[in-house]
Amino acid sequence: MSIFNKTPLRNDDDARRPGAGAHEGATSEAPTPVAPASRKGSSVAKRKNLGVGSFVLLALGAFVFLFPFYYMFIGSLQTSPDTSVAGAFPSPANITGENYSNINNSIDLLKGLVNSGIFTGGVIFFTVVFGLLVGYALAQMQFRGKGVVFGMMLLVQMIPFQLLLIPLYVMIVRDYGLADTYLGMILPFAINSTAVFVFRQYFMQLPSTLFEAARIDGASELRILWQIAIPLVRPAIVTAILLTFIGPWNEFLWPFLVTKDQAIQPLAVSLANYISNIAATASNPFGAILAGACVLAAPAVALFIFFQRQFISTNIGSSVKG
Amino acid sequence: MSLRSAGGPATGDTAGRTVDQRQAPRKRKNFLGRQPLGLLFSAPYVIFVLAVLAYPLGYAVYISFHQFFFTAPGVQVDRPFVGLDNYISVLSDPEVQRSFANIGVFLIINVPLTVGLSLVLANALNRVTRLKTFFRVSYYVPYVTASVAVVGVWLFLFQQDGLVNSILGPLAPNPSWLTNSWLAMPTVALYVTWKQLGFFILLYLAALQNIPDELYESASVDGGNKWVQFWNITVPGVRSASVLVTLLATITGANLFTEPYLLTGGGGPDGASTSPVFLMYQKGILQGNPDVAAALGVVLVIGVLLIALIQKRLVGGKED
Repeated sequence: MSIFNKTPLRNDDDARRPGAGAHEGATSEAPTPVAPASRKGSSVAKRKNLGVGSFVLLALGAFVFLFPFYYMFIGSLQTSPDTSVAGAFPSPANITGENYSNINNSIDLLKGLVNSGIFTGGVIFFTVVFGLLVGYALAQMQFRGKGVVFGMMLLVQMIPFQLLLIPLYVMIVRDYGLADTYLGMILPFAINSTAVFVFRQYFMQLPSTLFEAARIDGASELRILWQIAIPLVRPAIVTAILLTFIGPWNEFLWPFLVTKDQAIQPLAVSLANYISNIAATASNPFGAILAGACVLAAPAVALFIFFQRQFISTNIGSSVKG
Repeated sequence: MSLRSAGGPATGDTAGRTVDQRQAPRKRKNFLGRQPLGLLFSAPYVIFVLAVLAYPLGYAVYISFHQFFFTAPGVQVDRPFVGLDNYISVLSDPEVQRSFANIGVFLIINVPLTVGLSLVLANALNRVTRLKTFFRVSYYVPYVTASVAVVGVWLFLFQQDGLVNSILGPLAPNPSWLTNSWLAMPTVALYVTWKQLGFFILLYLAALQNIPDELYESASVDGGNKWVQFWNITVPGVRSASVLVTLLATITGANLFTEPYLLTGGGGPDGASTSPVFLMYQKGILQGNPDVAAALGVVLVIGVLLIALIQKRLVGGKED
């Protein structure tokens, strides 16, 4: 426990204790005589009253988390960078779309997005196709070596990527000559083991009698998987796609090593090259960088806001808890 | 036939000993399991793991013990075994020592901050009913966004005459955050904490669901205030999640590359924010010494494993 930083916890809790503590005594008594059985009702009432301090804390946190994104967008629209406090608010005199066309002249944004899309899409494709197969086999089929495959899947998630960096570079770029190819980018990430685990967990929840009945009826395993199992685990597929998406879309190091040709670079790589090499020569470097950053961030942020229901704690928790 | 004789004892099937030749095909099926097709279904994944993860793992160790050069495809060169030479040159390199010290600073700031803040925020998030979705989404937005994109805005915020310094006014550090050799690494650590926190909040949220409400209720009946409840119910209740969060935060820290490369312009100022992975890139790929870089990778992984073991003892505590 000694490694925990206790100070922030104590401060925050002390700050809201007096008010919250007083409410607590009242609420825990009030509902009991009315309905002792309705535990849910009492805990909801309790939570509402306890929530004020938490709410303030969360609002503060949300500001810290969201402000940089707001500032990214504002900054991308400024004709000249205004770093004063007033610059954090949009002013009509200082708004332009020029930054977007400036960065688009240095790095082809659309091409970058397409490359990111092919890289990410390739990884998602391999993960979903082969992940569903192995996930189903691990959950609902009995075969020799199943334990080995399962153990392998758990172990693989612990292999640190930094250890693989040099040998993978030697193999993929030097031995196989896959530099500047989509395949070279995709290969190390091709099947996401965490997604495989998610698939297995979801398939495990389905009753095995369902599959036994289908087998007795003479359905082939592929047909069982396609017509019975997959339609029942649709939410798992969305969760796995979201989990898998984050990796390649945001990955920088590996595609940066593999691609030297700008025509094939994902947007993260070409934007990084712009930041480290070209930006210094631009008239409004920050405007252009932030414009590129907005284009790179927008698809991921939009996707996760749209599918936020599928990206909840229980899904992620089941995938990592083991 | 040899397959069949191997199959008998291995399956441990007592009925198998009494059956005659006609049932041989069935026995063969039993040897591979009731649905031998499962092997075929698993094959692509197994091949992937062996070819792209397991083999390179061994290859990394091999490279680190040999004098290794990059060559064009198909060219055979002599790569002599050099024992621990690469390890010696890694460990005696002041740059490498500096990078490990930097990671130490990073972990001391990042890990406690991550564990503390994500637990407190997850706990608060678990309590509120209003705007819950909004908060949850806003916390994981940095996590799902490319580091390259958010690095841009952090550069803008923390530059010499950036917004942070103009708010701080006379309190602004000179030289500024990312160009100050004392503050560069702490700023990177702060950035990574901010970026990753949303994921760890989700992990803690899942763990908090497993703590029964009854525990809190009986504690409040017994007069335990919220502070007592937090330390005596919540913290022990999520201990296994804390172990996981600590380990994952440490692994993320050891993997640091994008941030020193972009945020501090290649581990600057003067090596104050270099990371081991950044040096692996520099030595292995830019300077063409993959052998030294592979040795550095092995040392780094052993270091992380040691830290992880210590952390598991400290955080997991009584559980074992």
